Amino acid sequence: MMNPAMTFEGAHPLAATIARLVWLLPLLPLLGFLINGALAMLGAAKIGPADPSEGHHSEGHGNGHGGVHGHEHDDAHDHADHGHPPRHKFAGIVSLVGPGVLVAAFLLASAIFFAMRGVEMEHPYVLTLFSWMPVGDLNLNATILLDPLSMTMVMVVTGVGMLIHIFSVGYMQDDPGYPRYFAYLNLFVFFMLILVLGGSYPLLFVGWEGVGLCSYLLIGFWFSEKANADAGKKAFIVNRIGDFGFLVAMFLMFANLGTLDILGVADKAKDLPMGGAVATAIALFLFLGCTGKSAQIPLYTWLPDAMAGPTPVSALIHAATMVTAGVYLVARASGVFSMAPVAQLTVAAVGALTAFFAATIGLKQWDIKKVLAYSTVSQLGYMFVGVGVGAYVAGIFHLATHAFFKALLFLGSGSVIYAMHKAYHATHNHDDAQDMRNMGGLRHHMPITFCLMWIATLAIAGIPLFSGFFSKDEILAAVFARTHGSTLAEASLLGIPGSTVLFIVYGLGLVSALMTAIYMTRMMLYTFHGPNRTGEAERPHLAEAPWVMTGPLVVLGILAAFGGWLNVPALLGAIGPVGGLEHWLEPVVGENALRTTLGEAAHLSHSTELVLVGTAIAIAVAGIAFAVWRLKPAALVAKKDAPAAEGIARVLENKYFVDEGYDAAIVQPTVAVSRNVLWKGFDAGVIDGLFVNGSALLARAFGWMGSQLQTGHLGTYAWVLLIGVLTILGAFTYR
Amino acid sequence: MLAEALALSAVLFAIGVIGVLTRRNAIIIFMCVELMLNAVNLSFVALSTLYGASGQVFVVFTMTVAAAEAAVGLAIIIAIFRHVKTVNLQNINLLKG
Amino acid sequence: MTAFLSSINYNAWIVPALLLLPAIGALGIGAHALLTAKDPAEKRWREVRILAFAFFMVEALLSLGLWWSIDPAASGWQALVDLPWIPQWGVRFTVGLDGIAMVLVLLTTLLMPLAVLGSWTSIRTKPHAYYANLLVLTVGMLGAFVSLDLVLFYVMWEIGLVPMYLIIGIWGGERRLYAAIKFFVYTMIGSLLMLVAILYLGSEASRVGGAPNFSYDFILNNVRLDPTTTLWLFGAFALAFAVKVPMFPFHTWLPDAHVEAPTAGSVILAAIMLKMGTFGFIRFALPLFPEAAMNPAVRTFVIVLAVVGIVYGALVAMVQPDFKKLVAYSSVSHLGFVMLGIFALTTESMQGALVVNVAHGISTGALFLLVGMIYERRHTRMIEDYGGIAKVVPIFATILTIVSLSSIGVPGTNGFIGEFLVLVGSFKTQPVAAVIAATAVIFAAAYLLWALQRIIYNSLSKPENEGIKDLNWREIGLLVPLVAAIIWIGVYPKPLLEKTEPAARRLVTYVEASVGKTPVTASNTAR
Repeated sequence: MMNPAMTFEGAHPLAATIARLVWLLPLLPLLGFLINGALAMLGAAKIGPADPSEGHHSEGHGNGHGGVHGHEHDDAHDHADHGHPPRHKFAGIVSLVGPGVLVAAFLLASAIFFAMRGVEMEHPYVLTLFSWMPVGDLNLNATILLDPLSMTMVMVVTGVGMLIHIFSVGYMQDDPGYPRYFAYLNLFVFFMLILVLGGSYPLLFVGWEGVGLCSYLLIGFWFSEKANADAGKKAFIVNRIGDFGFLVAMFLMFANLGTLDILGVADKAKDLPMGGAVATAIALFLFLGCTGKSAQIPLYTWLPDAMAGPTPVSALIHAATMVTAGVYLVARASGVFSMAPVAQLTVAAVGALTAFFAATIGLKQWDIKKVLAYSTVSQLGYMFVGVGVGAYVAGIFHLATHAFFKALLFLGSGSVIYAMHKAYHATHNHDDAQDMRNMGGLRHHMPITFCLMWIATLAIAGIPLFSGFFSKDEILAAVFARTHGSTLAEASLLGIPGSTVLFIVYGLGLVSALMTAIYMTRMMLYTFHGPNRTGEAERPHLAEAPWVMTGPLVVLGILAAFGGWLNVPALLGAIGPVGGLEHWLEPVVGENALRTTLGEAAHLSHSTELVLVGTAIAIAVAGIAFAVWRLKPAALVAKKDAPAAEGIARVLENKYFVDEGYDAAIVQPTVAVSRNVLWKGFDAGVIDGLFVNGSALLARAFGWMGSQLQTGHLGTYAWVLLIGVLTILGAFTYR
Repeated sequence: MLAEALALSAVLFAIGVIGVLTRRNAIIIFMCVELMLNAVNLSFVALSTLYGASGQVFVVFTMTVAAAEAAVGLAIIIAIFRHVKTVNLQNINLLKG
Repeated sequence: MTAFLSSINYNAWIVPALLLLPAIGALGIGAHALLTAKDPAEKRWREVRILAFAFFMVEALLSLGLWWSIDPAASGWQALVDLPWIPQWGVRFTVGLDGIAMVLVLLTTLLMPLAVLGSWTSIRTKPHAYYANLLVLTVGMLGAFVSLDLVLFYVMWEIGLVPMYLIIGIWGGERRLYAAIKFFVYTMIGSLLMLVAILYLGSEASRVGGAPNFSYDFILNNVRLDPTTTLWLFGAFALAFAVKVPMFPFHTWLPDAHVEAPTAGSVILAAIMLKMGTFGFIRFALPLFPEAAMNPAVRTFVIVLAVVGIVYGALVAMVQPDFKKLVAYSSVSHLGFVMLGIFALTTESMQGALVVNVAHGISTGALFLLVGMIYERRHTRMIEDYGGIAKVVPIFATILTIVSLSSIGVPGTNGFIGEFLVLVGSFKTQPVAAVIAATAVIFAAAYLLWALQRIIYNSLSKPENEGIKDLNWREIGLLVPLVAAIIWIGVYPKPLLEKTEPAARRLVTYVEASVGKTPVTASNTAR
């Protein structure tokens, strides 16, 4: 393939280091998947009789249960609702293998990371594993692409992934599907690593769909509950709409650029005309893929439903890693995006709108995980604003810090839900363990979780020196900087000048930041402050989770607090080395970022920058203050006593009825048309009824007409015979 | 002489045909068929004066066939009569489509 | 391996042997039926299925050598055998292989033992006739893939028809007679027109060559017709193949035949017989009449039908209450990809079409086997009668999930490779069609995941499902090779692609050159 970087393969300085073992990275979790999967099958399987058709009806109940436990009929959602069943018989080895492979992968990733720090990463390191699809002009190899960008993602995936795996050991310990859970989780990490390390778009797509598959399996992990299975299916199908966009983008690349290799496309994209149709189309279709995977308007609806899965899954897949794949993809394809300002503006605008829209919904959710879900959608919008305006480093930076604080928030909420479950279980109460109206005052019962979640809340709100402050500020500053003197400002979106679009984006970003601070504070107040509303009987049972769960929280707390040091802005140069991530990612996205800013680094005057930072801080503080001032946790009542919401609150609580709208406008009509028009009308009616059976009927009709000539009377036959004879004779005589 | 014989043959044949076409009773139709056969026999014999003896040979053949036919045909009619208690062909239409 | 095969002169006898062995097997089963007529039925039934299975296993093992003995890059036919058959009419017994046919032959011989294992316990009435029919069917299907004489091809094509008619009509479900007659008449209408076209080609060949001749190679190289005639002949061939594929709107026999056929019948029908249709396009309709096939109007028409089939099949599959019918309509959708790939006429899309051929055979075959297995236990195919059975039958659920995912085309499975190649290749020549066809990735996920959810997920609400037994060793054993093939082709398709690449490339180059679009140059005949 025409790929200049390939030629460095042998001579690349990394080839002599441990980085040549990079192929082991995805293989480790795959190994974990195979072992855990085999154990899950071993634990559940009961081989059937040789002749399945014999006497199965007489057997009846009792023999067919998949698990080793006899309590499969429990409300699946209340997974902890099992008393203290014996742990899964393979729980020991699974607890070792599941997180173990992640620890190993993380150690290997760290080693590779340090090896990369030690060499000049001018060119990416490409490792060709095997020839994958050698067809015609499409000479696809399975290659691993190791560059600073993929390394950053690998560190986030293996690092956060490792912590969440460890957390899961505690969280899922009583679940009968314990080995299956870790098998899926390991498989997810495998596909995620394929996604970030894949050296070609199709290979990236393998990971892309693979993580979607794992997401499907894990959302529907407690599949006996229809709502969970529905949520999993919805996630997969909605993601597939995005994947359709990704596919079309790949078709366009192959047809126009002649290659699907990531480096090859980046190379060829440089020769495309600036703002041309090809680059714009590729970028827009790629972005359609991103809206699916990263839950942006209009395809965000699956993510809140995805909270049906176990909470560590929400933390890993639906907050820290998978959903950020879209952001990674835009950064990865920055060569194409930077050639298409209209697409970039679209990305930024959609990101800003999503950030705003999701934040408003987050204001009125009662389910603690739903608040975090909409917060995730909103923060993903921020990341897209960042990569959309060509500030790829800012977007990836926010991706990383978000992975820290949002994973912490989700795991923290997992701890809370775990505690609530245990309490409800102890008293055989079936109330909603995730509804914040049933919580309150938990700071007395789980102080560690309480402290750590406040750290994360301050980080996401953008309080200075916490990680979120740096990354969010950088994104907003980047948007502001590009309102003039960039390709974006010169382009226009739907007739609106680019600079106007960017100002709107900036404004929406600020408003969303305000709302973020409000709804996060609201969540903290309702969960941890005020009086406890769980119930008299349950209260004594509320307690901090075991250390295997709080331990990872502490690590994430440190990262959430200090993650901002990854990329300190020049303005705050006093606190640490400036622009670490910026320098690190420079070889990958630097050139493409500069293209958007017309060759010069986006520069804001010192005073402007100070004003921007001041505004951001003011908004964050205002949001928190407003929430503390207006919200009275003491006035809340438990869910069962709460009145129904009215007016705008009802609209927000029901998420603007978007799900219902989609269902009525798209899903139901499609099914109805398919069933009544296509199948019963056209297939059974027209083709089969009219043409197939119709032609059979026609043949019968002709046959019936012919049969009517047979009267059965000899006399008729004799007459016909006579007439025939006379006719023939006459014909011969008078011709 | 020849002309008269052929005329008689034609008349006999016509009577046979009309009988077959118009009558309902199987026995009568059967007899009419025999009449037609014999009409043909008559013309064979008459024409043998012109074309040699082969016409007379054919008459012998025809009479043999007619005899065999009469035997089989009557047997069938009797069988039908036993079955449906009638020989009126109007009532026998098993071949109706 | 190659050396060993050439030392036993493998290529010289393998194709006739593969055709003869099942025929002998059918006679052997007949003999068994006569000899053991007085034995108890149970004993005869046990013996005959082992006998049949043994024949299919020997056939499969014998055919394996083809993987090594056929040189896909060679320009001529491999394993060619040419014997006189009906000299007065110039009909010869000419059989031979290229990479494309070899893959389909292997698909057939390797799937047949699994199909027999799949109906190991479910066929108890007239087992002798059943297995003899399967064996005769094998002769017909293999014959159609290897024939290089048009009359021989036609005979083999029809030989495949009768046993399948009997299998559906005798061992089928409730509406088996309707389905069997529909299948037979539908297919027959198409193939009779093809016979007319074959006879016309033969007469033209005898005009050109001076002697009656139905040789594929001779007709390909020597018979030149005027455009109108070409169009008519192409139409006759195309109709026969389109019914078999089946292309929208000639597909309505398929759901009925699939639903009513016994498990092995459905498996063979979907996995192999449908491929006779697509193979017919690749081997006959396209190279014999390139001008007609690539006539812009004709080509657009076929591609529109293919794309309509893709989307329409998926949408109709979505609303089927009967799982077997759902799979049947999904076949319409998948085969639409094959047709799109063939008529888009790029090496990538052609290769993709061939992979979809194989992938669909494996995945849909496995799906029908799975439906058959659960039907044997619960005696219903209605999706709504199940629910939550993943708890009861975890192995079944796991395998069903994997197979469904491959049918959806999730990367890492065979379905993805085929569909991706078809689409990425088709986009070069038929961008609009490729984009519309790509929407099928959404619908495929919708219909299969929805069905999957209603069968194995949700709550186990029906008491009669609680006693279902999981798969036994025989069933696991027969599914594992299919699952392995699904993953293998999905992860490392190169060996398969290599087998068909030269033939696919040759076909594309030949057709393009014939219609004068691009001259044959050194660069695109190099491989």
